Amino acid sequence: MMIANAYELIVYILTTIGVYEPINNIFMSFGLDDILKIIIMLVEIAILFAFVLVTIMFLTWMERKVVAMVQSRYGPMVTGPRGLLQPVMDGVKLIGKEDIIPEKADRWIFTLAPFIVFVPALLVFIPLPFGESLIISDLRVGLLYIIAISAISPVAILLAGWASNNKYSLLGAMRAVAQDISYTIPLALAAIAVVLFTSSLSTVDIVNAQAGTWFGIIPKWFIFIQPLGFILFLIASIAEMGRIPFDFQESEQELVAGFFTEYSGMKFAMFFLAEYAHLFAVSGIIVTLFLGGWNGPVIPFIPVQITSLVYFLIKTYAVIFFAMWLRDTVPRVRIDQLLNLGWKIMIPLALLNLLITGFVVTAGVIQ
Amino acid sequence: METEELLINMGPVHPSTHGVLRFKLRMDGEIIKECTVVMGYLHRGTEKLAEMKTYLQFIPYTDRLDYISAMPNNYAYVKAVEELAGIEVPLRAEYIRVLTVELNRIVNHLVFMGSLLLDLGASTAIMYGFREREKALQLYEMLCGARMTFSYFRIGGVRDDLPDDFMSKLNEFIKDMEKRIEDYKGLINGNEIFMMRMKGIGVISAEEAINYGMTGPSLRGSGVNYDIRKIEPYSIYPDLDFKACVRPECDSYARYMVRIDEMEESLHILRQIADTIPKSEVVATQKYGIAPLTGMPYTAQTYFPRIFIPPAGEAYSRIEAPKGELGFYVVSDGTTKPYRVKIRSPSFCNLTAIPKMVVGLKIPDLIAAFGTIDVVLGDVDR
Repeated sequence: MMIANAYELIVYILTTIGVYEPINNIFMSFGLDDILKIIIMLVEIAILFAFVLVTIMFLTWMERKVVAMVQSRYGPMVTGPRGLLQPVMDGVKLIGKEDIIPEKADRWIFTLAPFIVFVPALLVFIPLPFGESLIISDLRVGLLYIIAISAISPVAILLAGWASNNKYSLLGAMRAVAQDISYTIPLALAAIAVVLFTSSLSTVDIVNAQAGTWFGIIPKWFIFIQPLGFILFLIASIAEMGRIPFDFQESEQELVAGFFTEYSGMKFAMFFLAEYAHLFAVSGIIVTLFLGGWNGPVIPFIPVQITSLVYFLIKTYAVIFFAMWLRDTVPRVRIDQLLNLGWKIMIPLALLNLLITGFVVTAGVIQ
Repeated sequence: METEELLINMGPVHPSTHGVLRFKLRMDGEIIKECTVVMGYLHRGTEKLAEMKTYLQFIPYTDRLDYISAMPNNYAYVKAVEELAGIEVPLRAEYIRVLTVELNRIVNHLVFMGSLLLDLGASTAIMYGFREREKALQLYEMLCGARMTFSYFRIGGVRDDLPDDFMSKLNEFIKDMEKRIEDYKGLINGNEIFMMRMKGIGVISAEEAINYGMTGPSLRGSGVNYDIRKIEPYSIYPDLDFKACVRPECDSYARYMVRIDEMEESLHILRQIADTIPKSEVVATQKYGIAPLTGMPYTAQTYFPRIFIPPAGEAYSRIEAPKGELGFYVVSDGTTKPYRVKIRSPSFCNLTAIPKMVVGLKIPDLIAAFGTIDVVLGDVDR
């Protein structure tokens, strides 16, 4: 039996342990079988939400540890084993902070902006395949959906920067928007080159197209037939995430804290959380598109759902580690240099990549 | 389209102004139309304080000028007073002085490198810089018990002789630094993004730099071979083999590279001193002013009189501090306290050139150019 998504997986598990039928019958007897579906979906969303929050907390810890490792320090060590509970304490601290709204700020937009940032960061996870059948919803336009949803966050950043009524915030927000517009294009073009191979925007189809190997050794990942596309996508997504060397929306040495200069307490935490949710999501998308998604060697006696999840997480964390490593190594480029790189180099290269890919696919060289 | 100029007050509280400095920027979007440096937030009236302290009491105040590199401050002041009173300094004391000053040059440039890279957004270099600096600070701790505000120099010499295991520790440090400098070169010098940010940015021609009174590595980055250790040799520098590092490019990258080269030259000097340091007293043995109390043991600590009266007159003495030409002008009226002390600090003069460098550039360039000037606000405001 083919299990398409997480909903069906939950139903399958419940059926296997023999509780689905009786529960379903109870709901059926009241004529409320839709309610059961909604409950299962809510459970599913709760699991995803919990997973994302735990991941974010882990990532903040990991970021500190990686930075510490590079800089020959220890990083957080006091709270919990090896400082693992540091993010919890940070959360407690941030909740305890006074929630300051500047007098001249636009109250409504100022309050709303952190939430508008955070929601798309969560929505991106919906078509993200964590493993075989571990996906909330396999949208037929999955990739388009992801690109579209991530384009919402600059709007929120602009709102935050404008509403703060602070010059640094405004400069940071305008930079963020300029950066996002310049880098969404090469990002989408690089992704389209992959779609040419799969003829589908569905993330599950893209992962399935990367199953198997060539000559029994090289996995059929798109990174090997799309190396240029991979590099472009990687650079563009680091720019999208707003991390060093492209962290213009913050650029603390120049703009104090960029668009969230005026934010404090939980509102600041929302931006922070969104940033790490975005980091995980984008790394997951890179894995899905270029690194074979959940594909990996099959291990007998272990359900494929578990192994695939493990493979996916390993690959995703490898990409995340790369992003963190990069952050600790290189300085920041200048905003005009960044835009030049985007418009004058990345977009032409992405178009060239698309052109070549088009020829290759039409000629049917690579199956 | 109608546009409006944006007035930005950068500082006095800002992550990259290296202290309490304020830039008043008139901006056209991201482009700087006009930059005004507003300083004085750290003014402590050091020069006036000097008039109320005895000659010896003023030494600790010089530590607080350029607190990253306090030894050269000590040195410049003490040297001026010695010239005023005509005191001969024992040779070993001169060697120790040059040793501490050159070690401090390395410390200063390590901090410079770290904070410059931090200004550019790379957070790791400062940790590496401080890791090595820590070892140098431990050397200083052995020497005088202090890590930043040393007050190690005395008029006529230095406070104490070197501790027994100092030289072996110094040799370890030198060996370690040789490797580390290679590491920095590999990590930073060839980095594409670093070059993009530094090359052709913050250009100031040799003529303009001289007109603004720039000195030290910042001036040598503009291709002017002006190193006081060479043009007006003092202490034991004529006997040492080193060269003044000069770069002709006039931009931020040149100023950075001059400092990296200088670290190597300073290491070279340290190596020579470690090999050739002679044995002698470390404080002048001639008598002046009020004689020490009779019956006191004859040591460096007690020999020199607390109350010291130089003859009436004036002296200006300058040295090559890590940041540039550091001069002390001391006027004596034949009493226990100086009549006037004027400090010519390198950071102050170098900082005035910033507005010239950055007009037409962007805020990130201002930060980068400012980072390469390497100022310490304690030195600017005094």
